[in-house]
Amino acid sequence: MLELRGLTKRFGGLLAVDQVDLAVKDGEIHALIGPNGAGKTTIIAQVSGSLDADAGEILFRGRDLTRLPQHARVKAGLARSFQITSIFRRFSVLDNLALAVQARSGSSLSFWRPVAGEKALFDEARAIADEVGLSRRLDLVAGNLAHGEQRALEVGLALATRPKLVLLDEPMAGMGPEESQRIIALIERIRARVTVLLVEHDMDAVFRLAERISVLVSGRVIASGAPQEIRANAEVRRAYLGDELAAG
Amino acid sequence: MKKTIFVLGLAVAFPLVMNALDQAFYIGFGARVLIYAMAAASLNLVLGYGGMVSFGHAAFFGAGAYVTGILAVEGLRSAWIAWPAAVAVAAAAALVIGALSLRTRGVYFIMITLAFAQMMYYVFVSLKAYGGDDGLSLPGRSTLGFGLELGDELTWYYVVLVLLAAVLYLLHRIVHSRFGRVIEAIRENETRAAATGYPVYGYKLACFVISGAIAGLAGALIANQSSYVGPGLLHWVQSGTLMIMVILGGVGRFWGAPIGAAVLLTLEETLSGSEALGQYALHWQLPVGVVLLVIVLYAPQGIAGLIAGRRRA
Repeated sequence: MLELRGLTKRFGGLLAVDQVDLAVKDGEIHALIGPNGAGKTTIIAQVSGSLDADAGEILFRGRDLTRLPQHARVKAGLARSFQITSIFRRFSVLDNLALAVQARSGSSLSFWRPVAGEKALFDEARAIADEVGLSRRLDLVAGNLAHGEQRALEVGLALATRPKLVLLDEPMAGMGPEESQRIIALIERIRARVTVLLVEHDMDAVFRLAERISVLVSGRVIASGAPQEIRANAEVRRAYLGDELAAG
Repeated sequence: MKKTIFVLGLAVAFPLVMNALDQAFYIGFGARVLIYAMAAASLNLVLGYGGMVSFGHAAFFGAGAYVTGILAVEGLRSAWIAWPAAVAVAAAAALVIGALSLRTRGVYFIMITLAFAQMMYYVFVSLKAYGGDDGLSLPGRSTLGFGLELGDELTWYYVVLVLLAAVLYLLHRIVHSRFGRVIEAIRENETRAAATGYPVYGYKLACFVISGAIAGLAGALIANQSSYVGPGLLHWVQSGTLMIMVILGGVGRFWGAPIGAAVLLTLEETLSGSEALGQYALHWQLPVGVVLLVIVLYAPQGIAGLIAGRRRA
């Protein structure tokens, strides 16, 4: 599905992403974990196209995306959610999702026909709202949603573009245990049709969901493999997981 | 819909009432309000809906005016040629200025649009062949055919009204279309709009060009209005005036620009000619400034927002 080869990003003197090789297989949930500042969000930004790659290649379903602009990558089937909630705050929940659906269905260079009359857009938006658990909040202005609901909308906006691969950047950031459970259930539901690259600090969630895990430390992938292998990896434990998790 | 019919009725009746009151002078004033409403509406599209604070909109307004003026002086007075030419040149100017300016954001965008407009201002100031500093007097208004004499104030008023209505209808369609939604989404959250799959720069540029084209049409009309074009039309004060109209009326409110144009020009007309104010009439901008201050502080949605708020309450 996705293959990174020697991906590199330099911010001045800081090597944020250092020759990262990473492969995400079709249909899997692949978790990318690592301490703060390891370069996880930078990789997400590079893959989604909001940041250029200084070196290396990004292959998506066999196609080289490295020099493609962000909107073309979305068209190719790649979507992302943001660590810091990024929604259209003054739009209603329904309008938020309809706008994302619109990006993948037909041309938006239509200046004359009222968009409000496009039933198909809003039907699909409602279906997404249902999926992320916001069907009772459709007409609410997004900025007025509770934090957990905004996070759900954040994921919904990514799903509404009908991606093949979705990059979820800490979807459970700032959530209570109950809300986290809802996002975990959501990811469980979509895993059948979407491949997921998941960046997350909640290790319970990561070990419950992920089929494979890659560990990023100081811009380098230090380990990649099945959850048991990662848990057992001495270097990973020293660098990130610590002993409590290995014990638990 | 009711609101639209009410406003349209008011605009249609205005010159008839003025004639009946023996105040035909105000028909010309009314046409001027309509023209500025069109120019301000074009700015509201980029500023209010697109979130692009263009501080150089006079460039497109003035370009449209000069195209009409220069063609008229050269003997080409047909509205069917001069006005589309004005629109085309203004759109082309918006394409070039927009393509460069839209690479910047925020304060830089404000400054660079201002700089481009001032550059164009100085170009026309030094254009001696067409009046330079003194501007250019037109031999008369454009010719339209169909037995319509635009020199007649009443005919002129209604022609301008028809064009303004057509432009407002077009803008209404645009802001409610797919394109309009994307433009508003970009204003709301550009990062997310890009991540959702919209080529943000292209959409903003398209919006900017449409806006510039409409400002160009307004410019063609203002050249006819007084049969005179001068570099003052491109001066930054003109850009500021359009911006004040939009802010007074309501940024991003559909009726904001027409309301703002009507209110500002009416204030100017009554205050600057007021005999009660005597010698102080010269300083008519002062009370206008106070009004603007109150609006910005207490009604950020402008007068249109106030009206809508009352109706809802």
